[in-house]
Amino acid sequence: MILSAQQREQLLGNFEAVCGEEGFGSSTWTIDLCYLLMRYQVCRTLCGTLRIRHGRPEALLPQSRGPRWPAQTLMKSRLAGATKGHGLLKKKADALQMRFRLILGKIIETKTLMGQVMKEAAFSLAEVKFTTGDINQIVLQNVTKAQIKIRTKKDNVAGVTLPIFEPYTDGVDTYELAGLARGGQQLAKLKKNYQSAVRLLVQLASLQTSFVTLDDVIKVTNRRVNAIEHVIIPRINRTIEYIISELDELEREEFYRLKKIQDKKREARKASDKLRAEQRLLGQVAEAQEVQNILDEDGDEDLLF
Amino acid sequence: MALHSAIKGKLISVIGDEDTCVGFLLGGVGEINKNRHPNFMVVDKNTAVSELEDCFKRFLKRDDIDIILINQNCAELIRHVIDAHTSPVPAVLEIPSKDHPYDASKDSILRRARGMFNPEDLVR
Repeated sequence: MILSAQQREQLLGNFEAVCGEEGFGSSTWTIDLCYLLMRYQVCRTLCGTLRIRHGRPEALLPQSRGPRWPAQTLMKSRLAGATKGHGLLKKKADALQMRFRLILGKIIETKTLMGQVMKEAAFSLAEVKFTTGDINQIVLQNVTKAQIKIRTKKDNVAGVTLPIFEPYTDGVDTYELAGLARGGQQLAKLKKNYQSAVRLLVQLASLQTSFVTLDDVIKVTNRRVNAIEHVIIPRINRTIEYIISELDELEREEFYRLKKIQDKKREARKASDKLRAEQRLLGQVAEAQEVQNILDEDGDEDLLF
Repeated sequence: MALHSAIKGKLISVIGDEDTCVGFLLGGVGEINKNRHPNFMVVDKNTAVSELEDCFKRFLKRDDIDIILINQNCAELIRHVIDAHTSPVPAVLEIPSKDHPYDASKDSILRRARGMFNPEDLVR
């Protein structure tokens, strides 16, 4: 737009080469483009207009902007979050593990006890059989309603609900009259033994249910802990490292750029000094003809009223 | 529904030999529902394994049963079905029968816990 047809052709033809020459690397700032304009002798006022009218001319050029400070803070906060989450999950896993061990110990204890209780119950059944004769069929045929039922309660361990079974008795004993003729005492003892066996088994069942539930939850929690520890945190760390290296790179680039600007300015000043000296030497420059710069302060007397 | 089932008591079902069943029935766990389905099953030497398996699966499906007691010798016959049942409710409990002593190393649950403890600890 600003350049002449010939210049434009030259620029577009050697675009890559020009970019390389001007030092447009991974990031291109406005100042780089100013250099480009200077290369084609577009005067500075125009440069200013261009920037105002088109916003950032860098949009015209291929660019890849590196990460900036906000990205780094974001990643750092994510790392903090991940570390915190990891700690919490680890604590949860530990709490569950502790409960799990406790339950396991109780299960083993109860299972041993169950063997004894069942043996006792079976023995009292044999006693009943001995005194009353065969009552099996009568019992099996006369089933109506359950006397012992189970109520479910919920227990909470580190956010995991564990069902707890609790036996309770309601209704009447169906076999109230069994053993009326003979063996009533043995039958009563048998009922008592089996009821205590049922109670123990219900307790064991709730332990076992907790065991199964906790087992699953512990597996899931451990998997999450490991995922955070071995995948997410290292990934965030790597990203932060990348961002830091990229920021350092930017800083170096900036430093180089400033140096280069100084360089160019010095060159320009040297050239203009030289030119002026030559002209003065030739005597071609008349002081009166020189166009006064209104921004120049010298010779501008203070006005006093 | 959850509230309803919380109020309504759940049942314990029994699968085992005649003596085990009679014992628990006298203990008062037996119930026959409206459709005349009992919550217990008597296993004798004529019972087919498939019949046992079907009954066990039926008990698993019933939502009024929370605990299934099963004789360990019966459990041995349908071990694959018991191992496949992983949800916590209904809880499946293996109990010793009159003529088969309890072997902790065969228990599905305790086998899951293998490595965390020694099965021999049970028979101290």
